[in-house]
Amino acid sequence: MKEGIQQAQLGLGKPGAGAAKSEPRARMRLAASGRLLLAGFNRACMLLLVLVFAMPFAWMISTSFKTLPETMIFPPVWIPRNLIWENYTAAWNTGPFLRYAANSIVIAVGILLLQMLTIIPAAYAFARYRFAGSRLLFGIVMVTLMIPAQLIFLPVYLELSAFNLLNTHLGLILPFASSAFGIFLLRQAFMQIPDELIEAARLDLASEGRIILRLMLPMVKPVLVTFALFSFIAHWNDYFWPLVMTTNETARTLPLAIAKIREVEGVATWNVLMAGNLILVAPILAVFIASQRHIIQAFVYNGVK
Amino acid sequence: MAQIELRNIGKKFKQEAVIENLNLTIRSGSFTVLVGPSGCGKSTTLRMVAGLERQTEGEIWIDGKCVSDTPPGLRDVAMVFQNYALYPTMSVRGNIEFGLKNKGVAKPERERLIGDISELVGLTPYLDKKPQSLSGGQRQRVALARAMVKQPKVFILDEPLSNLDAKLRSQMRTELIQLHKRLGTTFVYVTHDQVEAMSMGDEIVVMDKGVIQQADGPMAIYGQPANLFTAQFIGTPPMNVLLQEDMHALGIPAMPGVHYAGFRPEHAVLNPPDGTEGIMLRGRIATRESLGAEQIYQLELASGALVSVKTFLRPMETVEWAAAAIPAEALHAFDVRGNRVECSLNEWREAAGGGILTAAGAGGRS
Ligand SMILES: Nc1ncnc2c1ncn2[C@@H]1O[C@H](COP(=O)(O)OP(=O)(O)OP(=O)(O)O)[C@@H](O)[C@H]1O
Ligand SMILES: [Mg+2]
Repeated sequence: MKEGIQQAQLGLGKPGAGAAKSEPRARMRLAASGRLLLAGFNRACMLLLVLVFAMPFAWMISTSFKTLPETMIFPPVWIPRNLIWENYTAAWNTGPFLRYAANSIVIAVGILLLQMLTIIPAAYAFARYRFAGSRLLFGIVMVTLMIPAQLIFLPVYLELSAFNLLNTHLGLILPFASSAFGIFLLRQAFMQIPDELIEAARLDLASEGRIILRLMLPMVKPVLVTFALFSFIAHWNDYFWPLVMTTNETARTLPLAIAKIREVEGVATWNVLMAGNLILVAPILAVFIASQRHIIQAFVYNGVK
Repeated sequence: MAQIELRNIGKKFKQEAVIENLNLTIRSGSFTVLVGPSGCGKSTTLRMVAGLERQTEGEIWIDGKCVSDTPPGLRDVAMVFQNYALYPTMSVRGNIEFGLKNKGVAKPERERLIGDISELVGLTPYLDKKPQSLSGGQRQRVALARAMVKQPKVFILDEPLSNLDAKLRSQMRTELIQLHKRLGTTFVYVTHDQVEAMSMGDEIVVMDKGVIQQADGPMAIYGQPANLFTAQFIGTPPMNVLLQEDMHALGIPAMPGVHYAGFRPEHAVLNPPDGTEGIMLRGRIATRESLGAEQIYQLELASGALVSVKTFLRPMETVEWAAAAIPAEALHAFDVRGNRVECSLNEWREAAGGGILTAAGAGGRS
């Protein structure tokens, strides 16, 4: 401690100051500089994290504007000499991209809507009522969280084929009509809401539906937004299910199309592939930016509890 | 305006009986206060009236109708919760309006009602704020406004002031009393604070362990407590209770059926002037406590029993030993089970053979 103070004094270049007088001051300075250092360290760590996540992204953008030889040169360049917008048209033209994009939107949005329709009442029931078998049912819901898709795709495939749902939007939507994760997340959020609020609403003559819609959903909005994002991104980017459940173009989604870019050309056309990838992530990015505030809020809420 | 009747009400949570065979009539237009120690079933009783909890036995009648099977929203009962229970995502206006909307009240009518109510409780400037940005007192007002705007037959308030600081609490107390006068609606109010009960209620229901101990006006509760529980629950410090041996030692004449005698600390006269009539106590002053205008002493009697004595606007006694006179008319008598026994002053006097109940006649040590 003493040494530290002395060092601080030395460091601050004030050797002449009376030790007795300057000690508290020095200590204050030391504390202040310590705090500064810590803050700096914090920033540095965060910057590093951002770099780790942003680098590949930046590389993807950069590559998507390069010529094919430019993608290979060493040392790599960050800024392409010319912006090759044609990569995007090339990617777009590898197949019926408009159809893929439409499929992706219909499926991801369809799944999301259907999930909202099922998880909200389910979570409400699990959070607010004790009925015969409620614990068992909730247990079953939780168990489904642990079953990997690879384990059930075959029976699901057979079932869909039996109902003639292969290569249809519905066939890609229905297996995800509900979400155990969503039920769990929302149930926890509903359970945080004090009983008194619901009782007050009941005295206010509110029906069960109005209690959910007008009172409880607005209160769990951050959780709802978070879940919606998770679900949307997961199904937007999903490769496995569409791959397995489709045999032609009618219901294929963007991730399949992007994967196909690589296949078709023989040599890996990284620039076109990256352009395709950007087309794929652009909508997600847009959604993220639009709901940033809610996402951060949701995590802050969860952190406080 | 509505009379509330609870007929043979019983309530069990799982197997545990919380309330058994409770009968109570709450007068139409009265300000009835339920008071009792924590866990005695006040909230449970209230919630059964509101319909938030279903009684396991008995019937509840409001305004001449049995409401046992009526859902809470249709009982014409409005409730103010201890923690306000305001809807956090709605503005003040939204909070007040919610019940009206659910009832299907038309928009112009809603606007008018909200305007009137917010004027009445002084919330007009805050109508578009969220509850989180209001102070405790303002939130309380929103809760009141939300209840009042529905113009219910019965108001139910469960410890509505317990989250406020002392000053605001006494202010809101006055406001609530005025509000009750103005509306003339039946108010049922729960508190565990006996001072609040005495100052607000025109009808007080003292409860303990799910059983009504006494239901009466405040002065009757104070003046003629029905049993030892009420006697000791109402009043600070509580009524002094003397056991038979203490009574004997103090020369209080034995009466048939009387097992306990009680007197209130404020009725005893400390160091009385000569010739004061009453039973004379002598004891060491064990503790003294001053609240400014009033002083509270604890006297340790020869038997070891402690009794409290309260004086008003008198200087603090500094002596170690003190005497206190209890006027005979201030004595209360209770039987073995703690129930009140009516003894007239004359009966005490007769039993005493006349004369003992005077300062001069009372024996004591010095
Ligand atoms: N939902 C419940 N389940 C089980 N027991 C309950 C429930 N609600 C209340 N009780 C029990 O019923 C008894 C009375 O509770 P109640 O809330 O009516 O007391 P109270 O008089 O309002 O007390 P306080 O002054 O602390 O609010 C308590 O012993 C309590 O443990
Ligand atoms: Mg209570």
